[in-house]
Amino acid sequence: MTRLKADARHSVRFTLNGRPAEGEAEPRMLLSDFLRHQLGATGTHVGCEHGVCGACTIVVDGMLTRSCLTLAAQADGCDLKTVEGLAPSADRLGVLQQAFRRNHALQCGFCTAGILMSLDHYLAKNSAPTEAETRDLLSGHICRCTGYTPIIQAALEAAAKLASSKKETSDA
Amino acid sequence: MVQAAVQSANSVDQGDDRPWVGRSIERVEDAALLSGGGRFIDDLGVAPGTLHATILRSPHAHADILSIDIEAAKRLPGVTAVLTGEAVKAVTTTLVVGVKAPVECWPIAMDRVRYVGEPVAVVVATDRARAEDAAELINVEYRPRGAVVDPLGALVSGAPVLHDGFPGNLASERAFRYGDPEKAFADAPHRFSIDIRYPRNSCTPIETYGVVASHDAGEDAYEVLANFQGPFSIHTVIARALKVPGNRLRLRTPPDSGGSFGVKQGVFPYIVLIAAAARVTGRPVKWIEDRLEHLTASVSATNRATTLSAAVAADGKILALDWDQVEDCGAHLRAPEPATLYRMHGNMTGAYDIRHVKIRNRVVVTNKTPTGLNRGFGGPQVYFALERLVQRIAISLKLDPLDVIKRNLIDAGAFPYRTATGALLDSGNYQEAVARAAAQGRLAELKARRDEARAQGRLYGIGFTAVVEPSVSNMGYITTVLTAAERRKAGPKNGAQATATVGLDPVGSVTVHVASVPQGQGHRTVLSQVVADVFGLQPKDIRVNTEIDTAKDAWSIASGNYASRFAAAVAGTAKLAAERVAGRLARIAASQLNVEAADVVFARGFVASKHNPENRIAFSRVAALSHWSPGSLPDDAGQTIRETVFWTPPELTPPDEDDRINSSLCHGFIFDFCGVEIDRVTLETRIDRYVTMHDCGTILHPGMVNGQIRGGFAQALGAALYEEYAYAEDGSFLTGTLADYLLPTTTEVPEPEIFHMETPSPFTPLGAKGVGEGNCMSTPVCLANAVADALGVADITLPLVPARLAELVRGAEPPAPAGGATAAPAREGDRQLRGEGQASVKGAPEQVWAMLLDPNTLQSVIPGCQRVDKVTDTHFRADVTLGIGPVSGRYRADVELFDLDPPRAVTLRGGATGALGFGNAEGRITLAPDGNGGTKLTYNYDAAIGGKVASIGGRLLDGATRVIIGQFFTALARRAGGGGAEGGGLSLFALLAKVASLFGGRR
Repeated sequence: MTRLKADARHSVRFTLNGRPAEGEAEPRMLLSDFLRHQLGATGTHVGCEHGVCGACTIVVDGMLTRSCLTLAAQADGCDLKTVEGLAPSADRLGVLQQAFRRNHALQCGFCTAGILMSLDHYLAKNSAPTEAETRDLLSGHICRCTGYTPIIQAALEAAAKLASSKKETSDA
Repeated sequence: MVQAAVQSANSVDQGDDRPWVGRSIERVEDAALLSGGGRFIDDLGVAPGTLHATILRSPHAHADILSIDIEAAKRLPGVTAVLTGEAVKAVTTTLVVGVKAPVECWPIAMDRVRYVGEPVAVVVATDRARAEDAAELINVEYRPRGAVVDPLGALVSGAPVLHDGFPGNLASERAFRYGDPEKAFADAPHRFSIDIRYPRNSCTPIETYGVVASHDAGEDAYEVLANFQGPFSIHTVIARALKVPGNRLRLRTPPDSGGSFGVKQGVFPYIVLIAAAARVTGRPVKWIEDRLEHLTASVSATNRATTLSAAVAADGKILALDWDQVEDCGAHLRAPEPATLYRMHGNMTGAYDIRHVKIRNRVVVTNKTPTGLNRGFGGPQVYFALERLVQRIAISLKLDPLDVIKRNLIDAGAFPYRTATGALLDSGNYQEAVARAAAQGRLAELKARRDEARAQGRLYGIGFTAVVEPSVSNMGYITTVLTAAERRKAGPKNGAQATATVGLDPVGSVTVHVASVPQGQGHRTVLSQVVADVFGLQPKDIRVNTEIDTAKDAWSIASGNYASRFAAAVAGTAKLAAERVAGRLARIAASQLNVEAADVVFARGFVASKHNPENRIAFSRVAALSHWSPGSLPDDAGQTIRETVFWTPPELTPPDEDDRINSSLCHGFIFDFCGVEIDRVTLETRIDRYVTMHDCGTILHPGMVNGQIRGGFAQALGAALYEEYAYAEDGSFLTGTLADYLLPTTTEVPEPEIFHMETPSPFTPLGAKGVGEGNCMSTPVCLANAVADALGVADITLPLVPARLAELVRGAEPPAPAGGATAAPAREGDRQLRGEGQASVKGAPEQVWAMLLDPNTLQSVIPGCQRVDKVTDTHFRADVTLGIGPVSGRYRADVELFDLDPPRAVTLRGGATGALGFGNAEGRITLAPDGNGGTKLTYNYDAAIGGKVASIGGRLLDGATRVIIGQFFTALARRAGGGGAEGGGLSLFALLAKVASLFGGRR
């Protein structure tokens, strides 16, 4: 394993939402801080910095990851996906995002990025989740505004929509 | 339960002339928030050269500061300044205190700390990490004082006193009398009483506090960006503390704020602190609070001890109430406290017609975090007592609890109704709301479920609550804490100025600005609906800005987002502003269309003649005219470029000579009932059904109203079942992480069944009332009533954690049987670490003894030890770095040896302090030959800790201790040439120098 000097900055390179990203970080710098303050990807939020609230959740090499419990240096060479990568284009929202908007599944929006990342990751593999499964998945996220039900409803609605569009594609 | 109708009306029919208000349109805020484009305070860039602050905080609940050594911190590369209380005092003055008393209230400790987490020093450096490095190098010498954490305990003679200006810790005491309560009690056939301890909790937004401040020395003016939420009466407090007039404190808010629920009012002392740091360094300074800081020391709702008595007729009619409230505001009485206690003053009779009321209000200070705004603000504390008492009355008189509620409700024909204590309840039909809720929520069927469950031996209960939800606070209610004579001297305070500005630009597009500072409620969307209706436009045509800049925007002391004032006051004021502009546009259009102004109508993007809709002109054309051709406007029209309306309701009068106060403008009504089941084995409370009926007047956006109800319900459920800011008896804070302060998640929060009734308020422009806080008032006591019904118990204390219910159901846990491996059972809140163990080390006892007393050996075997100094043969000092879970830090340990019996036994006693906490410990080690030439070490220890290490959770301490002890013995054995530890545990010197230092305990 490479040993990094504690008091030096080291180059960190990874793929962020399909594009190369690069910056310098001290070994102790958290991935969440690196994304936000070095790269300007401020859509990922930091709520507790001890892994409970889930706001900072992103996908690293296909795995859901708390970016506040990950060092930037650990992400070197990895493939990262954050909330900035969810929308198909700058002026359009994806299916899951639209479902959130339609169902009033967010208020302040601070915790939302993490929840979206968990759901995006989960729905890609589970096309027909039950309400109980969805609640279980999202129990690793804290939202103080919504009381959760609209989030669950948005998730189930998005799942149904994604499943039907997949079906249409395969039928065609 | 997810099928509840929360969907928005996303299909927009262009030809639809229905008003936009009342529809659940999609929110304009959401696209950015859903794609990572939110602009929260820490998402915004700062000026080049901005410095970053971190705050060193007190590990003690109550202690004198003997000295603060900042030299090492200042020498660290990258550090620009270290501010102690003295440095802050040089550039600021004390914060105003809400009662008349000779006390000061600083945002940083001066010569004494009064709660765990109180700021002691501010370190400013080129980046946050360096600032935190430097903070660890600050050496503060404390002399602990006795601490008091209980509000009634604080009043006991001989209790430690926090402030000399508050004799006996009593910050305020007032007695009130309305009607003839003495006679009512004397004449009544029954008197019932209840004692309540309402706990501390907080709505804990997921975004923490943030401040960026700069100082212009040339003009002696401050510019501050903070996620402050208002009320902007606090602007005056900040400016005064910074010793500048209001026009030299430019306070701005970021476009987005990650939740507040009242809590971000409490950022204001940090605005003063960070602004002071900016002034001292001459550079912009930024500070973002971390979660430990937030939980420990941001702000908390008040905890309160209440005794409530009622004089009651035989049929359950309440004739009089006698309140005795002791409000615990924590270590300092920060503005606007003691407002939590007085916010409900007009509503002390709840939803009931009770004409005789006696109130004794006392405000005390204790060694806990100062309190401030929190969703519900005084309501949860009041209704918990009142609605628990109503249930007790019903049980005692063998009446149905709902019948007792109904017997006491204010009559539908009585509105507007003046309560005994002065509130003017604007509108409602409480009987109808209760009847509808019982029918729509299927109460009869719920009762059958209860009967069936009970027949099967299950613990099932039903609870009821009726609540009046006040909204739009009277800025004068807090003066009820003063006597009438004191108020006359201070001058009148009343009203609640709302502001709204509507502007038309040169292409006729519409901009709205309000000073409502939302934290996710969707104000921009609702305002676009309100103004679109006035102008006959679509919401997407209206651009709304809710940022505030006190240097440029219309604002007043009532600005901000609190007391559920948006829908009732702010949205209504925006309507008035738009209507004023529309009135002028109508005159302009009338002259262009050759019709009377009264014949002009705004619809579908046009200004047209009502009688001849073909006679019309595009809205944008009329709207732009003031810019392009002011000369062609009719003489009486005036400009239509920008209009600001200020609105304050005349009903919000100051307290009268008899202390009657209309503390709020609007009063919604809530009736809740619920069925809960308690697991007989785990004593976990499961909500089977929760029904909540709301009458919040006219509903502007059903999706958002339900969002407020659900969100409030979830927070209230947390307060009822899980959440408590817990303190040990010595004032140590015990819930410093979200693994200790438990917030409900998706698996704990069921969907409440929400029902509505709409009785418009006659006092607000749109007929709307507030709705954001009601469930925080109604739900905790509704659940408590249901649990009391299920368990058949009289006294219920929140939160209803299984351990507490176990005590209620099964009695206190018996002590462990004698002869157990580990020592005394832990009490609740006990942070004592006790343990014992043994280890084998090669080498004879004499050899091991010598190693244990040799500084060089110790330095090499104590994990993380930097150095050990021998002060005397039996007195050592050590510097160690130790990690407990995620928190590692340096500690200075001081250890003495007693009862030496070389080479057989020694007692170690010592203490340690560091940035992460303090501790004291004592341990006894015995050494005996193991028969194989080695030594068997036996040890026991007893330690306690405080400060940050205590706050992050005792969960981690035992495990961490074992690891550290294990490391110690492994190293000792290696040094001695083999062997190792058996089991784990703390031991002697490890305990001593390292761990002991860290975790330490008894004084």
